[in-house]
Amino acid sequence: MQLVLFVLFGLFAVLGGLIVVGNRNPIYSALGLVVALFSISALYVILGAYFVAAVQVIVYAGAIVVLFLFVIMLLNLNDRERLREQFTLRSVIGIVLGLVFVAVTGLTVWAVVHPGTGAAMPLSDVGHTKQVGRLLFSNYLLPFEVTSVILLAGMVGVLVLIRFHGRGHRS
Amino acid sequence: MDPTIFRLCMTLSAILFTLGVVGVVVRRNAIVLFMCIELMLNAANLAFVGFARYFGSLDGQLFVFFVMAVAAAEVAIGLAIIVVVFRNRETVHVDEMKSLKQ
Repeated sequence: MQLVLFVLFGLFAVLGGLIVVGNRNPIYSALGLVVALFSISALYVILGAYFVAAVQVIVYAGAIVVLFLFVIMLLNLNDRERLREQFTLRSVIGIVLGLVFVAVTGLTVWAVVHPGTGAAMPLSDVGHTKQVGRLLFSNYLLPFEVTSVILLAGMVGVLVLIRFHGRGHRS
Repeated sequence: MDPTIFRLCMTLSAILFTLGVVGVVVRRNAIVLFMCIELMLNAANLAFVGFARYFGSLDGQLFVFFVMAVAAAEVAIGLAIIVVVFRNRETVHVDEMKSLKQ
């Protein structure tokens, strides 16, 4: 049952990724990204990472994709922008190299991972939000604080960019 | 944990990462390029969670948390840069961003 669900949501995620890459309209790309992100969130639930799944939905689908859609609609890209993407030799080379990469990685994974390796813990011990929080505020306290500083720096950076470098004038 | 699910997880992670790389190589729209980078980050996150499950450790999930925070900051700054470039040049086509001066 777990396996069936995993394959199903994995296929959804790949479908969403294909929509992101293959669609000319950026809005459809953003919606494909939503599909991929929700499917990956479902995969996290199957893997026992409930906290990560919730954060995935809230942060990615709730904030990041909304930001993407907001910018797409703010810029108001016209059809001229949309139709200039064309299929060139570079695309062919990129797709061929991508297929080679997938083949090499997949074969490596299926050859290296043997049944019985790895310390399999029971599902009830992994992914409990309480344990995640306890670890976050003990072993990973410093990275947690640094993360907040990164977010603050990002916010200040965006404000400076928009305030002083928009419209081509400096002040 | 079932090794088959772990193998599928890693293969899926590789496929999603490759989709992101191919998107960055093929597409020329700066916003879509950013979406493809998000796809790559998500593939890495999936690999982190898969390894965390496989080795019975929670550290992988913590790393995913930090990757998400950095991704949020990165998207905010990147989209701000795209908006500024669009204001100055009226384009988001990366092939037309050839010079550092305007």
